[in-house]
This record gives sequence, structure tokens and C-alpha cells, in this order.
Amino acid sequence: MADRKLVVIPAYNESDSVVAVIESVRDAMSESWDIVVIDDGSDDATGSKAAEAGARVVRTPFNLGIGGAVQTGFIYARDRGYSQMVQIDGDGQHKPAAVESLQAAMTETGADMICGSRFLSDDYTYPAPISRRTGIHIFAFLLSTFLRQRITDPTSGFRLYNRRAIELFASDYPHDYPEVEVVMMLHQHRLKMKEVPVKMNLREEGVSSISTSKSAYYMVKVLLALFIGLLRTRDRQPAEGA
Amino acid sequence: MDHRIQLVAVFGALLLLILVIELVRRRRLNERYALLWMLSAFVILGLSIWQGLLEQLAGLIGIAYPPNALFLAAIFFILLLLLNMSVALSRLQGETRILAQRLAILESDHELTSENDEDS
Repeated sequence: MADRKLVVIPAYNESDSVVAVIESVRDAMSESWDIVVIDDGSDDATGSKAAEAGARVVRTPFNLGIGGAVQTGFIYARDRGYSQMVQIDGDGQHKPAAVESLQAAMTETGADMICGSRFLSDDYTYPAPISRRTGIHIFAFLLSTFLRQRITDPTSGFRLYNRRAIELFASDYPHDYPEVEVVMMLHQHRLKMKEVPVKMNLREEGVSSISTSKSAYYMVKVLLALFIGLLRTRDRQPAEGA
Repeated sequence: MDHRIQLVAVFGALLLLILVIELVRRRRLNERYALLWMLSAFVILGLSIWQGLLEQLAGLIGIAYPPNALFLAAIFFILLLLLNMSVALSRLQGETRILAQRLAILESDHELTSENDEDS
């Protein structure tokens, strides 16, 4: 069981895109990657379609939200001894081919989490509404200030984790809107993160988990979490791996 | 303090206390949550029986009409109880989430093993 790696695809009502995502993962990534789809209490056929496409499907009994779904992936990865885990969203936003560059960065820097950033390349185009981009840049600015490390895209869910990060997040992962808090948690536990530039697809099907009506709550909740995170004391040493 | 107010306060606090004890006796309320309820009832009861204590408390924090100090104490305990409830709710939510995650993984394992059994 040498060095098994896991692709976690969280999907909530993504029956239109989940099969394509699974196939693109198979096409772009080597056989050493197992695939698990976390069907987060979908009302549609997401789970059965993913199973038909041959993926291992874990169905939560009710909708846990993206944080709970991804944490299910971490628990799965931890209990089965995976050495690396990458999250690829079920809506087709993330390009599996880019995982290689995440892996290369992990090998090179020894960071515990490698994050695909949309804003790191010079020619980035991310045609999201200005409000959302502003939100992302505010979080990026705050985190860069707190952590004294340049963070450009803290809301990206396209991330590669090593064993140590898997174990940390299997036991404790933020519930909703987790991405930004995760960066803070890594810092707290003295784990390292690194960003690499990636391009993302525009979502073809479905809607983002963050609708406009929820974005105000999103901002406030994440800001609160960040500032409360500042009040927590940092570990003296990195969290133990295994 | 008007004796009618005192009577109502004593009666109310006693009723609350009896209700809480009865609920615990029937195992419909956990001791864990009953404790704060009983503490609230005791304090309200104490303050409504010992007028001197209530007047002292009112004087200490500048309340002219002592029964208002009783209301203040009651509101304080209500807030505390509500907060206690939110803490309990958060804990339950966390536990439910863990259960759901474990169940999801177990179910998926189970499906896989039963499929394999059918194959063999």
C-alpha cells in the first residue's frame, strides 16, 4: 500500500457535471489516484450517476455543507492511510491536469498544503462579479497581514494536502465556508502552505454554494472566524503526523 | 416591596423549581441542564423572600424600585440559560455532523462488501 493518493470530489446537486468531472480526473491523472465522490445529501441523481461512472461514492444522510462534505473526505483519507489528498470540486471548476503542478510544488517546498490560486499568474482572468473579487481580496489582504506571507486566493478550494494536513483536518475542519479559515488553522498549527498559479474553468452547471443573498453572511462569518482565530494561541510545534 | 409582587415572585420561583425537579425525576430533563435552571430558581426565590437582600442589591446598582432588581436578575439568568442552550446546540450539531460522516463512510463500505458478496 505504498503511497496511495486520493481525489475527493465534493458534490451537491451536480448531476449534470459530476460524470464529466470524474472522467476528466481519470483522463488527466495517473492510476495511483483513487477517486471518492462525496454526495452531500443531493436531491438529484448526483450519487447514482457518480456510481455509474465507476467512482466510489460516499453519501451523507443529509446536506452537511461544503465543510462537512470535504471533512468526510479527510476522514476517509485518514482512516485508509492515504498519503496525499486533493480536492476537486464537483462542478468542474478545477482542472485535474493542474494537480501535477500542485504535486511538484509540494515536493519542492515541503509545504503541507498546496493551494491553486487564480490570482497568481500575470495574465489572470477571473470574470466574477466585482463584489466577490473584492471579498476575496479583502480576505487575502487580511491573511497576508496576519501570517506575514503572501496569500492571493484564500477562497480557492483547489488544494492538495499531505498526510499531516489530512490528519489535522479529519479531526477539525471549519463547518461552513471553510477555505479561508483553513489557511488560518494551518498557521495556528504551524503547518506550511504554498500557492501555485492555476487557471479555473467557469462553472458550467449548477450554482456556486455562495449565492448573493448569502454573501453578506459569508463575509461576516469568515471575518469573525479570522479575528477569533487571532485570539487562539499557536501550537509550539507542528501538529504530529501519524 | 409590595407584598403582592413578593407573593407572585415567590410563587413563580417555587413553581419553576418544582417543575424542574419533576422533569428531572421523570428523566425528561438532563441534570446537566437542570443545574442552571435550579440555580436561577433558587436565586430568584432567595431574592423574593429576603427583601433586605434585594433592597441592598438594588441600592448597590442604583435601582430605585427594588422589584426591578428582581427582574434584572431574572433577565440575567434568562440570557445565561439561552447561551447555555446555544452552546449545547453547537455541541449537538458537531456530534450530529460526525455521526453523519461516519455513517456515510460505513454505508459506502457496506455497499461495496455486499456487492462483492453477490459477485462471489
